[in-house]
Amino acid sequence: MVKIGNAQFWVHDQDEALAFYTKKLGWEVRSDVTMEAWSFRWLCVGPPGGDGVGLVLMPVPGPPLLDADSSGQLSDLVAKGAGGTLFLETDDCQATYDELSARGISFNDPPTRQAYGIDTSFRDPSGNNIRLTQVLEFDPARS
Amino acid sequence: MGGVGNVPAARHLLRAKDLADARYFERLTVADLAAAAGLSPAHFSRRFKAAFGESPHQYLLTRRLERAAALLRDTDWTVADICFAVGAESVGSFTVSFRRVFGAAPLAYRAAYPPAEQHLRIPRCVAMAYGRPKNRTFREDRPGPPS
Repeated sequence: MVKIGNAQFWVHDQDEALAFYTKKLGWEVRSDVTMEAWSFRWLCVGPPGGDGVGLVLMPVPGPPLLDADSSGQLSDLVAKGAGGTLFLETDDCQATYDELSARGISFNDPPTRQAYGIDTSFRDPSGNNIRLTQVLEFDPARS
Repeated sequence: MGGVGNVPAARHLLRAKDLADARYFERLTVADLAAAAGLSPAHFSRRFKAAFGESPHQYLLTRRLERAAALLRDTDWTVADICFAVGAESVGSFTVSFRRVFGAAPLAYRAAYPPAEQHLRIPRCVAMAYGRPKNRTFREDRPGPPS
């Protein structure tokens, strides 16, 4: 059997990302290991109490892993929202929206009814897109 | 391992794009979008275009057209209702713009799509990102009427 262990976002600043995912989103740190010799920090977070898929907050690398131009381009692409999307699921979109709004998360749109459920979205400080969906029985009439 | 200074300036421009995506149905101006990015309107438009390859105005227009296309596919609303629901102000120019970017008039576009049950399973953010039409020289982009 194969399962997804961790997924990964590029981030501009790991401290800033860590504060966002733990303090605002309320997630737990799954792993935080710094390899001084590599100037590298392995940082993985996830929803509390879960042993499910974790999210690795990976710093945009510079030389020698990526040349300076490519590193700058990758950094820009993430800032432009081209870094990708994390699709989260909740059992109550409105309740989660209210709770996270109170914690300082700024949503792009209010919970909206869709054929597949109810969802909303926000971004992390680097620009990565996070979708929050309450999955409901498929109903084209709901959208 | 990077300080806050590493955040590219484009991150602020993305806030303007997000605003257009969230409130396209309102009478949004370039000044509103510039404010979201924390820039002056003239400076903002230039920077936005450099980052995303199209002007803020073009982005907003194509966002409205994308949402209109979604409503044509997903609902039985009239073209006029859809036009106003996405923030367009005149059915005539809306229809002209729609035909220009989608290559078909709104009702012909609707007729060409399969039943909504199939594509409505795609998350809305994905539909918005991939369904937005490429701009094709908007008449509306020019400062005055073509002579």
